Amino acid sequence: MMRLRPLALLLLATVALLWPRSGAAAERVRLWHSWRGQEQAVAEALVLEFRAQQPDIEVELLSVPYDAFSAKLASAIPFGEGPDLFVDSHERLGDYARRQLVAPPGDAWDPAAFVDVATAAVTVEGQPLALPLSLKSLALYVDDDLAAAAPPYLEDFAQLQARLPPGVVALAYEAPNAYAHAAILHAFGARMLHDDGSFGFVGPRTADSIALVQDLLDAGAVPRDADGALVTNLFRAGKAAFAMSGPWLAADLGAPDGTRPDGSRGHRWHVVPLPRVRATGEPMQPLLTVESLMLSPAGARKPAARALARWLASQPAALARMQQARAVSARRDVVADDPVVQAFAQQARTAVPMSTSTAMRAAWEPANKALRKILRGDATAELALAEAARRFEQVMRPPPPPASPLPLLLALAAGSLLGAWVLLQRARTAGLRERVRRSLPAWAWLVHAVVAVGTLVVLPLVVGAATSLFAGPPGDVHYVGLANFIDILRARGGPLFASGSFWLTLAVTLLWTATNVLLHVGIGVALGLLLARPVLRLRAAYRVLLVIPWAVPNYVTALAWKGMFHRQFGAVTGLTMSLSEWLGTPIEPISWFSRFSTAFTANVATNAWLGFPFMMVVTVAALGSVPKDVLEAAEVDGAGRWQRFWHVTLPMIGPSLVPAITLGAIWTFNMFNVVFLVSGGDPDGTTDILVSEAYRWAFTRDAQYGYAAAYAVLIFVLLLGLSRGLDRLRARAVARGGA
Amino acid sequence: MNPMRRRRAIESALVHVALVIGVAFALYPVAWVAALAFSGTPAPEPQVMPWPQQPTTAHFEEVVGATATIGDDSVWLFGRQLANSLVVALATATVGVLIAIPAAYALARFDFLGKRSGVGVLLATQMFPAVASAIPLYLVLEALGLLNTRTGLVLCYASTAVPFAIFQLRAAFEAIPVDLEEAAMVDGATRVGAFVRVVLPIARPAIAVTALFAFMSAYNEFILAATLLDDSRMFTLPVMLQHYVGEYDAKWEAFAAGALVVSLPVMALFYVAQRHLVAGLASGGVKG
Repeated sequence: MMRLRPLALLLLATVALLWPRSGAAAERVRLWHSWRGQEQAVAEALVLEFRAQQPDIEVELLSVPYDAFSAKLASAIPFGEGPDLFVDSHERLGDYARRQLVAPPGDAWDPAAFVDVATAAVTVEGQPLALPLSLKSLALYVDDDLAAAAPPYLEDFAQLQARLPPGVVALAYEAPNAYAHAAILHAFGARMLHDDGSFGFVGPRTADSIALVQDLLDAGAVPRDADGALVTNLFRAGKAAFAMSGPWLAADLGAPDGTRPDGSRGHRWHVVPLPRVRATGEPMQPLLTVESLMLSPAGARKPAARALARWLASQPAALARMQQARAVSARRDVVADDPVVQAFAQQARTAVPMSTSTAMRAAWEPANKALRKILRGDATAELALAEAARRFEQVMRPPPPPASPLPLLLALAAGSLLGAWVLLQRARTAGLRERVRRSLPAWAWLVHAVVAVGTLVVLPLVVGAATSLFAGPPGDVHYVGLANFIDILRARGGPLFASGSFWLTLAVTLLWTATNVLLHVGIGVALGLLLARPVLRLRAAYRVLLVIPWAVPNYVTALAWKGMFHRQFGAVTGLTMSLSEWLGTPIEPISWFSRFSTAFTANVATNAWLGFPFMMVVTVAALGSVPKDVLEAAEVDGAGRWQRFWHVTLPMIGPSLVPAITLGAIWTFNMFNVVFLVSGGDPDGTTDILVSEAYRWAFTRDAQYGYAAAYAVLIFVLLLGLSRGLDRLRARAVARGGA
Repeated sequence: MNPMRRRRAIESALVHVALVIGVAFALYPVAWVAALAFSGTPAPEPQVMPWPQQPTTAHFEEVVGATATIGDDSVWLFGRQLANSLVVALATATVGVLIAIPAAYALARFDFLGKRSGVGVLLATQMFPAVASAIPLYLVLEALGLLNTRTGLVLCYASTAVPFAIFQLRAAFEAIPVDLEEAAMVDGATRVGAFVRVVLPIARPAIAVTALFAFMSAYNEFILAATLLDDSRMFTLPVMLQHYVGEYDAKWEAFAAGALVVSLPVMALFYVAQRHLVAGLASGGVKG
């Protein structure tokens, strides 16, 4: 036994030595993506295969919703928290490089592996920054049961329309979307963005391309106001002979021979490259997106991350993605055998890769607005395109020059001196010590709330507000003093009440808030009073049913409202149609989002619907604490119903309603979701409110966070002023009522 | 008596008509969401009544049956995320209300140094759009070591819900006559004892509503949850729902199905909570 002891010690020592090493050897690699469905399944299978080959490397896959993807990367990677690898579209590389969210892939890059267009797409300033995985572009879907073959020219769809059965449209595509329109734009020899980064959506060629679309719309060959869901639904239901869409549509269609997984039969279909444009003889060239594997700076330093990157971009991985998820590979040595993939691969060869320039992000909004304006007939092409160019210039204007921080420091110093002096004064005169002593018990009730709200709400807001004093591209910001505020208040040098100017947006916001609060309080209090009646059958059922608008996530109900207002297929249109049949007088369907008044009404209807349950619940709760004997006494006194409400009920529930109304008004003022999802600012940005402007500057207009923060500070100051003013008014009213 | 009774009957009928109209207005858009959720291949046609086309429950099966392979084991993602959502939202409601109750009581009953400016700051937090504060919040949580934890998420949600909760509860506490507490304190109760035994029971409707609001705000949020958490086993349901919306296309049918499923627990909770909305008086026995 004694002899075994040294052996045991030796064993222990070996284990002790080996233990941390074996722990360190299992390297962890984190990969974030926003793949779904089949693509996600393939990715998971590929990672399993990789781990079978490299058991020392642990891989953590995280699927992040697309809407949160960029924001998550931008907050995590700078703190060293983010992924080692992530999958995103190549056109964001310029922005990511500027923010140092990506690093060159180093030895994971294989110069000979990828097709030229993909290599070019992921190369920024002469250096490849990502590994291209798959190519995505629009192509033409053909419904074989409705059309024999694709016409050679885009113009032919207008004639084709006459030969189709009623209710079937010749070509479904998102006509009001600049992304789809770019395919036609390119056939006219124009570009969204020139190589030097200047705005390309201008001039007679662009105007001609839009005029061609206008002809197709007038012939009824293309649906008006189409979005992606409508294109999918039209083609899938056999209501469109052709559709211009991307590979994602194929996933919704079932097999090309018309069989579907659920056993039902759809139309037969196939995919071909887009036709030519007769006016120029050139083929339509859609925009190309290269889905790419990017390495974060931390990931690029890890050999394990680079090994995983090499594997995911390799030939076997590309083959698996192609065979199981119909991905068009970016590799030279992967040849498509499936006809759908072949068609998309063929289209990718003539497609125009999206620019990686950060200016691209600023180009979409003005281009979309101009396109819609012209297609609606609200402005001539010349005027609308010139306005688009001006808007682009406004977004891309150079940041204000750096300002000296001296005035700010002086102001801060003076402010704190003044504060200290005031405190000192108070301490001396008013017996501060006594007041502090008397406040201590109250503070004990408060301290945790102060700590929680202070660190997690106030601190981030103050830091956020401070960014309003800075400007410049992300990663290279400088202090500019009040320049952002001055720029906003001067409407960026343009007319004070032009669309998108601070002052016009403010007017719209005030109208929006007032209308909504009136409707919320009116509907909410009325229903609350009805629900609080002493005798009411089915009370519980009513209460639960009436609160449903508030219970269902508003993201989806806002979109349902938008769908109801669709000019051609919306339920509101259906209602007006049956109403006109019933009345016997034809009522034109309204194009809700083409005029300010109707688009604003649609937004208000949605928000009133979303918001009334809140006021109703608050009313019911407030009525719950009104003593019944007071109301009964009033009844016995012979007070009328209205008088009882006005003189007894309202004063009793008023104190509980006031905070809800005040906060409701503030929340409505900043209600970004509804405006963004229902009208989206249409027409021409006129229905945008201040907070949606702020969001646009932060997230769609070249990430000008300082400018967006300046909007936020202005909103804050406005609301503060408004609430102070209302308080004064109320105090005066109370005083007068008392006298 | 007869005309009186007839008037009552007519009035009650009118009330029901008004409520039915309100319910129809509340349900119509949701019915469209439901129609979409049950539709196989929705064909775009102007319809008045929201009937599903080619009815199917496939989308519900897809949403509820969502699984994922994480590491080496297969996880029933929907179940996990539903549990996460409920736990996070309930914790938010509890923490938020627990933080807010004493603070609101202090604001309602005591006069102290910093009261006015404190109320001002609380109101101000609601006025500031959160457009530029996501990254600073991330920074704070990183410093506290609470990134990628549900605790951190709950604390964020709860703190955000606290200002509204304080306002709502302060109004409720102010409406309760001070004499009741004073009577209890004369009888030998401490301030805390009087508060717990006298004030809280009377304020039950307001507390129920406040908790419900805090629950809702946490239950439907997704951007913060997706940003602060790095593990799909910790994600809440709205994050999963958002997955049905991609860069180029969206599976609206599945999204709609998911949205309906997500809202069921809220409705159940509301059904339970709504009885508390009027219970305060009966148990408290307040006479004005």
